[in-house]
Amino acid sequence: MFELDGATISRLLTSMTLLFHAIFATLGVGVPVLVSVAELIGIKKKDPHYTLLARRWTRGYTITVAVGVVTGTAIGLQLSLIWPSFMRFAGNVIALPLFMETFAFFFEAIFLGIYLYTWDRFKNPIYHWLLSIPVVIGGTMSAFFITTVNSFMNQPQGFDMENGTITAIDPLAAMFNPATPTKVFHVVSSSYLTAAAVLAAIAAISILLKKGSAYHKKALKLTVSMMFIFAILTAVAGDLSAKFLAEHQPEKLAAGEWHFETEAGADLVVFGTLNENNEVENAIRIPNALSFLAYGDFNAEVQGLEETPEDERPPLWIHYMFDLMVTIGFYTLGISMLFLVFWKIKKWNEHNRLILAGIAVAGPLSMLAIEFGWIYAEVGRQPWIMRGFMTVTEAATTSPYVGAMFWLFFALYVVLGVGCVVVLRKMFKDNPAELELEHRFPQIAATKEDDKS
Amino acid sequence: MSYELIGITVLWFFLYGYLIVASIDFGAGFFAYYARMTKKDHIMNQLISRYLSPVWEVTNVFFVFFFVGLVGFFPDTAYYYGQSLLIPGSIAIVLIAIRGSFYAFESYGSKDNAFYMFLYGATGLLIPASLSTALTISEGGFIEETANGVQLLYRELLTSPYSWSVVFLAIVSVLYISAMFLAYYANRAGDEPALELVRKYALFWSSPTIIASLTTFIALSQQNYDHYESALDLWWVFGISVAFFMIAVFLVYQGKYYGWAFVSVMFQFLFAFFGYGASHLPYILRPFITISSGVTNETMAISLIVVFIAGLCLLIPSLILLMRLFLFDADYVKGKK
Repeated sequence: MFELDGATISRLLTSMTLLFHAIFATLGVGVPVLVSVAELIGIKKKDPHYTLLARRWTRGYTITVAVGVVTGTAIGLQLSLIWPSFMRFAGNVIALPLFMETFAFFFEAIFLGIYLYTWDRFKNPIYHWLLSIPVVIGGTMSAFFITTVNSFMNQPQGFDMENGTITAIDPLAAMFNPATPTKVFHVVSSSYLTAAAVLAAIAAISILLKKGSAYHKKALKLTVSMMFIFAILTAVAGDLSAKFLAEHQPEKLAAGEWHFETEAGADLVVFGTLNENNEVENAIRIPNALSFLAYGDFNAEVQGLEETPEDERPPLWIHYMFDLMVTIGFYTLGISMLFLVFWKIKKWNEHNRLILAGIAVAGPLSMLAIEFGWIYAEVGRQPWIMRGFMTVTEAATTSPYVGAMFWLFFALYVVLGVGCVVVLRKMFKDNPAELELEHRFPQIAATKEDDKS
Repeated sequence: MSYELIGITVLWFFLYGYLIVASIDFGAGFFAYYARMTKKDHIMNQLISRYLSPVWEVTNVFFVFFFVGLVGFFPDTAYYYGQSLLIPGSIAIVLIAIRGSFYAFESYGSKDNAFYMFLYGATGLLIPASLSTALTISEGGFIEETANGVQLLYRELLTSPYSWSVVFLAIVSVLYISAMFLAYYANRAGDEPALELVRKYALFWSSPTIIASLTTFIALSQQNYDHYESALDLWWVFGISVAFFMIAVFLVYQGKYYGWAFVSVMFQFLFAFFGYGASHLPYILRPFITISSGVTNETMAISLIVVFIAGLCLLIPSLILLMRLFLFDADYVKGKK
C-alpha cells in the first residue's frame, strides 16, 4: 500500500462526507419547493392527485432529510475535528454565517416536524400549505449561509493580517465576499433543478415500467416543467459563475478549461486529453468561446494558468469535472424542453418511451452533476483551504488516527446509504399511489375519469 | 457583563437545553427497547413515539447550536478540542448519525423492526458516554501539547476514575430525566398503565443519580483539586439542586403533581449544571483556554450576540407553536389527533 500523508487522508475523509452529504442536502433544499408547489396546485385545482403527490414526496423526504441532518451534523463537527487550525483561524472571521445556518436549520426542523404531523389537523387546507413556506425558506437559507462560508474560503476578505494576527474584522464583508452572489445563485438553482429532475425521473420510471396512471402523468408534467425553469436559471447562474471566476479566481477557470497561456480570443476546450508535454489533444475546440464565456466578448483576454506560480495551481483533471457538469446541465435543459414541446404539440406524444427514458436518466445524472460541480469547486481551490492565506496542509489535524476515522465513516455512509434505499423502496413498493389514492380519496378513485388521457 | 461571559452563559444554556431534551429522547429510546424486551411495549411505546416523532430533529439542533456557537465565540476551542477529540468526537457523530437516521427509518419506514429499536436504545446510552469525554478532558491532565500539535492521552483518559464516574453519571441522569418526563407525559395523556410503569423507572433511577453525582464530586477532588475547591465555594448552589431533587422524588413517590415534579428535575439539573460551569471558570479547557484568552474579537462577539437575539425572536414563537401542537395539546397527547 502506498502511504498517504495526513493532509491527504483528511481531504479524502472530508470529500467523502461532503459528497455523501451533498446528495441529501441538495434534495433537502430542493424537494420542499416542489412539495409546496404541488400542495398549492392541489388546493387551487381541488385535485387530490396533487395533494397525494405532495404527501408522498414529503414522506420520502423525511427519510432523506434525516440522513441529511445527521450527515450535516457530521460535517459540522468534522470541520473542527479534521481542520482544527482552519477553524481556529476562520472562526474569528466567518463564524457568523455558520451560526446563522444553525438558526435556519432549527427553524426548518421545527416547521418540518409540524408540517409532517398536521396534514389533517386544519379545516382549511391552506393553513397546512402555509406551513410549507417556512420549510422552504429554512432550507434555502441554510444553503445560502453555508454557501457564504464556502465562498469565503475562495475569496477570503473582511479582515487584515498583521504579523500572523488577524485584525480589523468585518463579519459582514467576510460573508458577502465577491464569490457569494454567483455561488449562492448557482447552488440554490442547481439544488432546485436536481430535486425536480430526481422526482421527474421517478415519475418517468413509473410510467415506463407500469404504464402509470393519471397520477404519474400529472407528476411528470409538473416536475418536468419545473425542471425546465430551474435548468434555465442554473445555466444563467453557471454563466455568471464563470464570469466571476475569470475576474476573481482566474487560476480555477484556467485549470478547469485547460487554458494555459494568457491570450485574447481564447478557444474553449471541450473534453480531450493531455499528452506528456501538457498539450491538449483529441479535444473539441470552440473558437473564441472561452473569451465569450468569461467576459461576454469574443475577443477579450483571458488569463492563462501560466501566470499562477506552479505550486499554487489546481490539478488539471478538474477539467473533466467542469465539462461533465456543464454537459449534464445542458442535457437536463434539452430533455425537459423536448418533453414540453411534445406536450404542447397535440399531435405528438410526450410519453414517447425515448423521452421518458431520457428523463429517467436525467435524475441520476443531475445528481452526478452536483457532485462534479462540488469536486470542481473544491479541488479547483487547491492547494488552498482559504485562498491565499492557508493551505490544506497547514490546516489539517496532526492526529495520527485520521486514517482509521476514514474507514469508520466509510462504514457509516455505507450503512446509511443502504438503509435509506431499503426503507424508501419498502415505503413505496408496499404502498403504490393507486392504492393510497383509493384509500384516502375513495370518491376520486372510483370515477377514474381521466385515466385514459 | 463582558462579551466572553455573555457568550459562555448563552452556550451553557444551550448545553443545558440539550442535556434536558436529549436525555428525554435518549432515555425514551432505551425504555422503549427495554419495554419491548420485557414484553411491555404495548403499554408504553405508543406514548413514547407520539412524543418523540415530532421533536427528534429539534433535539439534534440544540447540540449543533452548542458546538457551532462554541467555535464562533471561542475559536481556540476548535483547535484544542478538535485536535484532541478526533476519535471520541467521530464516535459520537457515528452514533448520532445512526440514531437519527434509524429512528426515521423505523418510524416512517419499517415499523417495529427489533434491530432498529435496539440501535435506537443502545445509542441513547452510548452517545452521552462519548460526549461526556469533552467535559472530562476540560478538567486538564488528559491533553499534551507537543511539537506535532495537541494530542489526547488515551491511557490517562481510559484509566481515570474521574472519567468513568462522569460516564456513569451521564448515563444514569439520562435515564432519570427521561423517566421523570415520561411520567409527566403519561399522566397528562391519562394513560394509567404506562404511568405506573414509568413511575417505577423514575423512582428506580433516582438514587443512582444522586450517588453518581457524589462519586463524581469525589473523583473531581482527585482529578482537579482547584476546581473541586471552587465548587465547594458554591456549595449552596449544589444544595439547592439537591433540594429540588428531593422535591421531585417526593412528588413522584406521592403520585401527584407530575408536572411540578418534572419542573423540579429541570431545576435540579439547572443548578447543578450552572454550579459546575461557574466553578469551572475561567477555564474552558484547563490549562490551555480561559474564557478571556480564547474569546473571539469584539466585532464578531457583538455580531454573534445580535444574531443570537434575532434568532431567538424567530425561534421562540416557533418552538411555542411546536409545543402547543404536540406537547401541550391534550388531545394530541391522548392520541386523539
